[in-house]
Amino acid sequence: MKAPLSWIKEFVDIDLPLAELAHLITMAGMEVEEVKFIGLPMPAPGTLDAKVTGLEWDREKIVAASISEVLPHPNADRLTLCKLFDGEREHLVLTGAPNLFEFKGIGPLAKPLMVAYAKEGAQIYDGHAEGLVLTTLKPAKIRGVDSYSMVCSEKELGISEEHEGIMFLADDVKAGTPLADVLGDAVIEVNLLPSFARCASILGLAREIAAITGKPLKLPKWDEQPPAGKADFCTIEITEPKNNPRFTAGLVRNVKVGPSPEWVQRRLKMYGMRAINNIVDATNYAMIELGEPLHAFDYDKLLKRAAGKPVKIITRAAKAGEKITTLDGIERKLDPFTTLVCDEAGSLSMAGIMGGLETEVTEDTTNVLLEGAVWNMINIRKTAKAHNLNSEASYRMSRGVHPAMAERGQRRCLEFMRAWAGGEVAPGLADAYPLPAIDPAVEVTEKDVKRWLGIEIPALQMAELLARLEFKVEVSGTSVKATCPDHRLDINEGVVGKADLVEEIARVYGYDNIPEMRMADTLPPQIGNPVLVKEERVRDLLVALGLQEAISYRWSTPEREAKRLSPDAEQDNKPYVKIANPLAYEKGFLRHSVLASVLDVAERNARIRERLAFFEIGPIFLAGEDPGGLPDELKRLAVVLGGARSAVGWQAADTGAMDFYDLKGVVNGLLQGLRLNDVKYESGEHPSYHPGKCAHVLVGDKQIGVMGELHPKVKGNYDFPTTFKAPVLAAEFDLDLLIELVPPLYQTVDVPVFPPVIEDLAFIMDEELTAEKAEALIRQTGGKLLADVKLFDIFRGEQIGAGKKSLAYKLTYIAPDRTLEAAEVSTMRNKIIKRMEHEFKAKLRG
Amino acid sequence: MAEENVLQELEDALVNGLEELKSIANEETLLAWRYKYLGKNAVSKHAFQNINKLPTDLRQLVGQTANRVRVELESALAERSESIKESALAASIASEKLDVTLPGRPLTPGRLHPDTQMLRELYRVFGEMGFQVYRSREVETDEYNFQLLNFPVGHPARDMQDTYFVEAGERGDNPIVMRTHTSPGQVRSMREYAATNPENPPAIRLVLPGMCYRYEQTDARHETQFDQIEGIAVGEGITFSNLKATLSDLARRLFGQNVRTRFRASYFPFTEPSAEFDVECFLCGGKGCAVCGGGWLEIGGCGMVNPNVLRNGGYDPERYSGFAFGLGPQRIAMLRYGINDIRYFWENDLRFLEQF
Repeated sequence: MKAPLSWIKEFVDIDLPLAELAHLITMAGMEVEEVKFIGLPMPAPGTLDAKVTGLEWDREKIVAASISEVLPHPNADRLTLCKLFDGEREHLVLTGAPNLFEFKGIGPLAKPLMVAYAKEGAQIYDGHAEGLVLTTLKPAKIRGVDSYSMVCSEKELGISEEHEGIMFLADDVKAGTPLADVLGDAVIEVNLLPSFARCASILGLAREIAAITGKPLKLPKWDEQPPAGKADFCTIEITEPKNNPRFTAGLVRNVKVGPSPEWVQRRLKMYGMRAINNIVDATNYAMIELGEPLHAFDYDKLLKRAAGKPVKIITRAAKAGEKITTLDGIERKLDPFTTLVCDEAGSLSMAGIMGGLETEVTEDTTNVLLEGAVWNMINIRKTAKAHNLNSEASYRMSRGVHPAMAERGQRRCLEFMRAWAGGEVAPGLADAYPLPAIDPAVEVTEKDVKRWLGIEIPALQMAELLARLEFKVEVSGTSVKATCPDHRLDINEGVVGKADLVEEIARVYGYDNIPEMRMADTLPPQIGNPVLVKEERVRDLLVALGLQEAISYRWSTPEREAKRLSPDAEQDNKPYVKIANPLAYEKGFLRHSVLASVLDVAERNARIRERLAFFEIGPIFLAGEDPGGLPDELKRLAVVLGGARSAVGWQAADTGAMDFYDLKGVVNGLLQGLRLNDVKYESGEHPSYHPGKCAHVLVGDKQIGVMGELHPKVKGNYDFPTTFKAPVLAAEFDLDLLIELVPPLYQTVDVPVFPPVIEDLAFIMDEELTAEKAEALIRQTGGKLLADVKLFDIFRGEQIGAGKKSLAYKLTYIAPDRTLEAAEVSTMRNKIIKRMEHEFKAKLRG
Repeated sequence: MAEENVLQELEDALVNGLEELKSIANEETLLAWRYKYLGKNAVSKHAFQNINKLPTDLRQLVGQTANRVRVELESALAERSESIKESALAASIASEKLDVTLPGRPLTPGRLHPDTQMLRELYRVFGEMGFQVYRSREVETDEYNFQLLNFPVGHPARDMQDTYFVEAGERGDNPIVMRTHTSPGQVRSMREYAATNPENPPAIRLVLPGMCYRYEQTDARHETQFDQIEGIAVGEGITFSNLKATLSDLARRLFGQNVRTRFRASYFPFTEPSAEFDVECFLCGGKGCAVCGGGWLEIGGCGMVNPNVLRNGGYDPERYSGFAFGLGPQRIAMLRYGINDIRYFWENDLRFLEQF
């Protein structure tokens, strides 16, 4: 909402500097986004907390001046020379303004023309340039005539885009007066939140300013028209009062359609609307001033449609398939939720949004029927959205206008039409008001204010603060009964109404004036969030293991996610949760796999880093059993590794490519860190992985995830650079299950006091025997004294025969209570060797 | 062998030994010297070995002399050896000079995503103020995302939060949506707490973190997926001045002890009174800069929980009151670390992530 300062000042006196005023308006909930200066002095940079634009007019160099005669240019037909007095002396000023041609060469003017005059050195906008380009007036010779100053257009002064001719000032302005004192203004643009619908008008803003500055509000006169009498020019029938609580109509006869007064046009332009003609301008002016959208019909066209019968206005819902051509020339197909203004011959306008083309006011119009009505905001919003039609009217009507404003807007506008377009206002107002507004009366007490705000405000002061916003107040003891004024719809009944009033009291009192006090109520039950604690532990462990956390978009496409699966394997056939209105197809599906997200991350980073190590924790989304219900959100952990084991520096390092066992080191580090016992890795298969390099990870008998080297075809699905030859390792876990399995506590063992005995044993065994089984047997045989078994070498070669491997272990024996004897250890060793041979035919390697 | 000769040989060995020792400068020569003067063929050793062949009266003198010679040579050796070691160490130290400006061995530490780091800091600060973490789902019903939060169907306040809808068949006025804010968690948590004691629901102090979604075009300042952390306190006697104190405390913890805060009137359907929460720009000290404009940074929205929302959560608004606020962890990180584009967060480019 844009509001020229001069217009606001009609309703409230303002003596604050603009920066301070803007601050107060912002603090009261109407954020000032921009202040555009039109001539007035601009504040120092940084002192006004909003965007500052516009032009300041130099008080010496830009002044009012009078033209006493317009002379022809000796060498150019399209230029004139004005005999101009600037309050000090006379000048001959060159101009090409077409609106001076009618005065050219007719001798001294009977009545001088008052204009805006810019002297040499003045800074103005270049009228001929595209957009706003600053220029400083310098002496020049144009077609042999000296020129050093200028008579200005609105564009040159930054008032509007108008550059068709020069601007005229009122006749009573004195030559030499600084122009800033005549026309200087500022347009304040505020961002109105939905609860501030009442402020979508100059009066609404002025009311708030009056309340927060403590100045009186000067209400406009809205009872001048129409003359008393019974309206006989039309009848009104409202078929659905909930969609159209009130409809008023007035009539002005014998208007002369033409341009509005200059000052009216200027204000409309400062607000941001075009000036059209005095009738349309009157409806717009009244709407901007009071917030009530109005619509003018050509009454003679209505009479013609009525074909001799009296004019009858009917408001009703559109019929299925009904069409209307609106003022903008577009034929629109209507939905049944759209409300129409009709007569007995058919539709006239889309109620509260835009008028129809057929009955619009034109230059030939002489009799005008004026509509002032209010409509259901939900319906208007729905219709405006459906047609993508954001008009000034729909902006206001979709936020709610009080029915009392329909009558006020109507009466005010009738007077504007009479004053600006001549004609007589017909007596009486046609007024159908089937659903009168109920203005809530709410009782709010000192205790309520104390309970919500934490401060004590006496009832008398509460009443005074509310009265500034035109609430009708009655004080009794510590309680105030406040009745909502009939220009707003945002105050409710009951306890919500109390909260509404407390907010209004706080706003006018000033949020700044409410002190800060720390909470003093009882602490709530301390439940904590154990799942989050464990999830953060997972993150910490993976970071400690050298992985980078990623967080991805939750959306993807089935095609993109299918890349994580080998084309030969079973595909993901689970239905996707789809976004109904995605920004793009690529953002249209909620992901099924966090692994797919992390593979995308790895793919993107493979071009910039030689080592990739990522993990992500987040939800996947699966359609639930009820396809129309909420989807299941399941938490997953995905890990991706690939490329160099260590970063490359200038010294030799292990820069070999990571393989399955690097991944297993990470996974094992994680699971150990989570104190999960009974972890098993079973050779398995999965559509993402190389069939020989894939493991199912189990805790007890529960599978928590799958890990492995990506199937070469899966790796090929991703756009890894050709230089990235290393395998890609990946794992995905059911994090919900994993976290559920994490024990709440774990136990430690004492640090041994007696020295360990350490010895190495290597066994030659069949290739098929898994390391897990071999180690399990050694541990089982060694019993409690065998504290640790560590595989430190694997050997394959001719010496030990084909199909065989040698596994070398470092065994650590410790007794908690004594130093072990050599004989004890040797007995143990022999037992292990014997069982390995007996169970697995594994031979001790010599 | 004449006995004088033995004594003379011993004295000569001492003089020669000491003399030779003076010029020795390394361990090898020293070892040879030791072999020569203190080894098994050394004069002093011989003297001892052959002492029985000497006349009885001389044995004592030769023995004593041989002993003195050996002791003196040994002590001279020890001294010499120490000084050779010293100079060798000094020489080695002098020769071992590193270029300390060469890069260190590159390690590859893991890192948390900056958003996680920011959230953890917020959890910690809020945790110290008694706020526990409560998380709820990202795909929601219209009812939880809007209606229970006092956004009626068709209400213009919905225009403030452009919404992604999820395809779910005909559900009338209760479609499935991607949550537009973390606020559905307000009603979910209140209902969960109230269910534990419906007659006297316990007080609540929670933070609700999580991913939110708005249907809008992205640019450097706007993301269609972003995260939020919301706080809610409900109890008997929670006031707007408590809200101000809590958020000002938070601002001091996050941005510095001297930072000023301000509360501007605003509108959110689920709070009343509502406010925007601004912090004095910590980049320019409130003087006004390219980031803040007029000296203040918008940090979040807040207000007293609307009575309808309390009621929807199972808390009697005549008895309980509460406040709620919402912040953007990404926005805070962007302000703090000079991040110029919000889209960096979920793009996961290591050149961004490695900076945290």
